[in-house]
Amino acid sequence: MADATYDQAAAVASRRHLLARVVIYGILGIFALVYIIPLLVVVANSFRELDEIGQNGLIAFPKSFRLDAWPEAWSTYCIGGTCEGMHRYFWNSVRMVVPATIISTALGAVNGYVLSKWKFRGSEVLFTCMLLGVFMPGQIALLPWAFLLGKLGLANSVYGLILVHCIQGISFTTLFCRNYYVSIPDDLIKAARIDGAGFWRIFRRIILPISPPILIVTVIWQFTGIWNEYLFGVVLNSGQQQPITAALVALSTNGTNVRVYDVMSAAVLIGALPPLLVYFFGGKYFVRGLTQGAIK
Amino acid sequence: MPQGAGSGPRPPASKMTNGDRQMASFPASPGQVPPEALKDRLARWVPILVLAPSLVASFVYVFVFSFWTLYISLSNSTLLPTYKFIGFENYASLWANRRWGVAYTNLFVFSAFYVVLAMIIGLMLAILIDQRVRGESVWRTIFLYPLAVSFIVTGTVWGWLYNPGSGFQFLINSMGWTSFKFALTTDRNYAIYAIVITGIWQSSGFAMALFLAGLRSVDGDIVKAAQIDGASVFRTYRRVILPVIGPIFLAVAVVLLQFAIKTFDLAVALTNSGPGISTTFPATYVYDLMFQRGQIGEGAAAAVMILAALAVVLVPYALYVSWSSRGKEAGHG
Repeated sequence: MADATYDQAAAVASRRHLLARVVIYGILGIFALVYIIPLLVVVANSFRELDEIGQNGLIAFPKSFRLDAWPEAWSTYCIGGTCEGMHRYFWNSVRMVVPATIISTALGAVNGYVLSKWKFRGSEVLFTCMLLGVFMPGQIALLPWAFLLGKLGLANSVYGLILVHCIQGISFTTLFCRNYYVSIPDDLIKAARIDGAGFWRIFRRIILPISPPILIVTVIWQFTGIWNEYLFGVVLNSGQQQPITAALVALSTNGTNVRVYDVMSAAVLIGALPPLLVYFFGGKYFVRGLTQGAIK
Repeated sequence: MPQGAGSGPRPPASKMTNGDRQMASFPASPGQVPPEALKDRLARWVPILVLAPSLVASFVYVFVFSFWTLYISLSNSTLLPTYKFIGFENYASLWANRRWGVAYTNLFVFSAFYVVLAMIIGLMLAILIDQRVRGESVWRTIFLYPLAVSFIVTGTVWGWLYNPGSGFQFLINSMGWTSFKFALTTDRNYAIYAIVITGIWQSSGFAMALFLAGLRSVDGDIVKAAQIDGASVFRTYRRVILPVIGPIFLAVAVVLLQFAIKTFDLAVALTNSGPGISTTFPATYVYDLMFQRGQIGEGAAAAVMILAALAVVLVPYALYVSWSSRGKEAGHG
């Protein structure tokens, strides 16, 4: 008798458990669909025929397949009067993002090293001042940058954007690296100094070998941030000097002509692919950077 | 700027009880020890010299740039910067401007919906994932990927999906419900909600990641204790887990609010401030004033207002954080 009620209770409990699982996976599944559909739509449309997109709409199971949209988006499609596709803007972005990421990360590593292991009187205050750069809205720096880059002869050039992103990035990279190096025991550094190692030698032999995790986080953060940046790209540069984000906006607001969704989808993907690849291959570090950058 | 080095030799080592200060142990004053070699004296300056360029650059960027823009906002600059001081005229004309009214109303509407809904969805997803689901990393990857994509790409693609002739409305219409209407971006009263929805889509995964990190940091024992007491899952979260991660709610809200105040790319790519001026945001209006209409004085005033809005959010938060961490340290001591 007692056993029977026990079994009954267990059955009820397991049925409730099953129901709870169904609800959990159901909700997660619905949200996952909502999140993934825009990406699937763009990927699918970059391979569909334009006629078919027009007939069945953007959100439809592909019934045609062709690759032509990709080369057209890369090298012949017209944006703002020039008909050479996205490739120029793509390479502009590459030429901007690679040096800016490397330089700002290197500076951040060295700054973080000084601010955690070679503190001097006032260094904490200086660190706080540098941190303010993290919160600065771009709009407040627009005019000064335009003015300064003009004076330096870097107006409307990729080099100007490199400078902008390096200096904007220093506060982030310094913050990341400093917070990471703070956890390295000071005794390690002290011992090395007693052995006669200097500033750079300690950096090379002790700090750098344990830095890869934070350097990867910082590089990913800077790379995606700079690649995706739009405001400075569109304000400080024009025409053929613009990065790919600005070109994408020019392309999608192209006005009069009929929307060529196939080519535009391919163009959008060309612009989105580098950070997406970084995210899919370095996701763990990407998330770590995100949570660190947000909370600290 | 190298204050530490300029201020001469450090006190003797015996006084330096503070652990991290020891790293800055400069040699004792030259009177007590034989004159040091030039090389050693140079070595002492290395850290400061290394830091100096970044410090100068950051100082210029943060302070000089801000004050310069502040000054421009108080000048009668139009197409080019001029330095004739005119007081708060630009601010007066900014606040009298109807478009600025639209901009900050939009900011309030957007911030309210965006922050609250992104947090609710993010928290819900985090709690669901926290139920020991299979394939956790797959779910997380799906919910977070929008954050790797630029607002420009997101805005462009969602603009197509909102387009009644090709996106959601077309889909539903072609499935047989021909009277279905979903044309947010072409309706000036509702276009702002298109930006809200897209913003939430982009950022709720971010809220999820932060909440999930918070949930994982909760001490497992108190959760177990609650379960042994017979509390339901729902009750355990409401009464035990969520109160513990209270500070995370505040952090997420502050970060999202900061994103909201800086909203620019998304509004440009999705609706380009339209239809008409209906989705103007403060940040897009700054751009418009400075570079489309050649009113850089008023544009600078609007930029200063954005900075002020950020300060209103961030300064109290920073004070709260440093106050609460000090309280914690005192408690431990």
